[in-house]
Amino acid sequence: MKVTELFRLPHVSRLTWRVWRRNYDVFMKTYRVNFIPPIIEPILYLLAIGFGLGALIREDIFGHDYTEFLAPALIAITIMTASFFECTYASFVRMYFQRTFDAITSTPLNVDEVITGEILWGATRSTISATIMLGVVTVFGLVTYPLCLLIIPFSFVGGLLFASLAMCFTAITPRIDSLNYPTSLLITPMFLVSGTFFPLNSLPTGVQQFAYTAVPLVHVVDISRAMAYGSLSPSLPGEPNLLISLGWIVVVTLFFFVIAINLMRHRLIV
Amino acid sequence: MEIIRAEKLAKRYEDVLAVDEIDFSVDEGEVFGFLGPNGAGKTSTMRMIQCVSPKTSGRLTVAGMDADRDSRRIKRIVGVAPQESNLDPDFTVVDNLLVFSRYFDIPRKEAEKKANELLDFFQLQGKKDTQIEKLSGGMKKRLILARSLMNNPKILILDEPTVGLDPQARHLIWDLLGQLKKRGITIILTTHYMDEAARLCDRIVIMNLGKILAEGSPSELLKKHVASHVIEAPNEEGVLDCVRNGGTSQYEVSGDTVHVFTNEPKETMDRLMTQCRVSSATVREATLEDVFLKLTGRMLRE
Repeated sequence: MKVTELFRLPHVSRLTWRVWRRNYDVFMKTYRVNFIPPIIEPILYLLAIGFGLGALIREDIFGHDYTEFLAPALIAITIMTASFFECTYASFVRMYFQRTFDAITSTPLNVDEVITGEILWGATRSTISATIMLGVVTVFGLVTYPLCLLIIPFSFVGGLLFASLAMCFTAITPRIDSLNYPTSLLITPMFLVSGTFFPLNSLPTGVQQFAYTAVPLVHVVDISRAMAYGSLSPSLPGEPNLLISLGWIVVVTLFFFVIAINLMRHRLIV
Repeated sequence: MEIIRAEKLAKRYEDVLAVDEIDFSVDEGEVFGFLGPNGAGKTSTMRMIQCVSPKTSGRLTVAGMDADRDSRRIKRIVGVAPQESNLDPDFTVVDNLLVFSRYFDIPRKEAEKKANELLDFFQLQGKKDTQIEKLSGGMKKRLILARSLMNNPKILILDEPTVGLDPQARHLIWDLLGQLKKRGITIILTTHYMDEAARLCDRIVIMNLGKILAEGSPSELLKKHVASHVIEAPNEEGVLDCVRNGGTSQYEVSGDTVHVFTNEPKETMDRLMTQCRVSSATVREATLEDVFLKLTGRMLRE
């Protein structure tokens, strides 16, 4: 595969939403069980880490107590994991085991539209989970209205980022087991050290600079936390302007989106 | 009227030439069969016609449209039934049809009506709300066929439509395909079953190693490549020389059997018995399978 082929622009029509709709229909068949994780997980984390471990943390974190600091990070984490797992393991099952992509590409839809539909659906999963979680942390009184509602549209943008990234791995993975590599080597470390459980500015400057250059979740956490605090400016010293973070997300999303489509074309069109 | 035309059509994967500059054309309303051993290039050819696999070179037009430029429009008028099931296991029987119809932009009401008709036609009405995994092999095949007809295709592409089915299920599918042909749908199929090809196809091409070896109606192929009858005799000592000396040019050896092709079975049989002194021999009518094995050889393909 030539490098220039990786940057060929996708051909996508509105038919891509039919792929989204297929996945939505399947999701809604079992919606009860699908809604359990985003309700239970934040409660467990808030209880164990927020109220449990957090009770030992007497100091405020730049004007907010630890549970307030933690709550938006939990939402940011779910934005990452919901779309990433949807577009790795779940998409791989549809592509490889169920041959759903083959069936759809024998209709007027092309590969670009199938993959775009999958990514849009992955982002939708992020939005569904983030919205439910926002409701849960609201019950605990940990977010500031009305600005925290912006997390809902933002979760779709963040979802697109991780869905596009995930689809790149799905396109090149030989077996479903190999998807454990990006999960363990990328998602788990990001989950722990992206300003989620402790503020990033307690790390050395060099590490912070690296994080803001190369770690996607960092930007999603910053924006979610600012919105949850009811503000549109950085919530901790050392954070970049939110527009810079948003710009970073948009540019990197577009980059991985185009790469994902072309890697998938290379895999599926033979 | 010609509906598909291929000229010097070729497909290359990395270092394998799967389809080697073949020419063929399919007329509207006919049943056209691709026969050939594994690796002959049949499936590659079908995938190029259905516009999911781009050709490497040559020309390919479907319903007057170019396969490269107009793939989306071609896919609208083509129905595809693949060999291996790609039914959607997340949906019931009827939902498989309805979800599929959305990819063709068919309005909901129309799709429901069409799905209902097709469930009747393929005798699946009783399984309407069943999950895919609970269907038998024959039912899955019928549902795949039903799905391939949701968009009212002009051309139906079937890859091994009856492989793995019991005789009852095969005959049912043959009947249904016969009815579709009467409605004027052009059917293109691949098969390994010679009786199926002889029964269903108006015209056949036999492929081997990416090339077309022969083309014609089943009876034309029989006439041209073998004789009306085949005598099978054991390949005992001296039999082969005797057959050769007797002026019979049409014969084949496989294992310990000699196949002698002849249009005068009685005379040839007598000669084999008296002159060649074979211990036993059987005579039968020649079939497409004899043509196939003669043209593609008896070597095992994997």
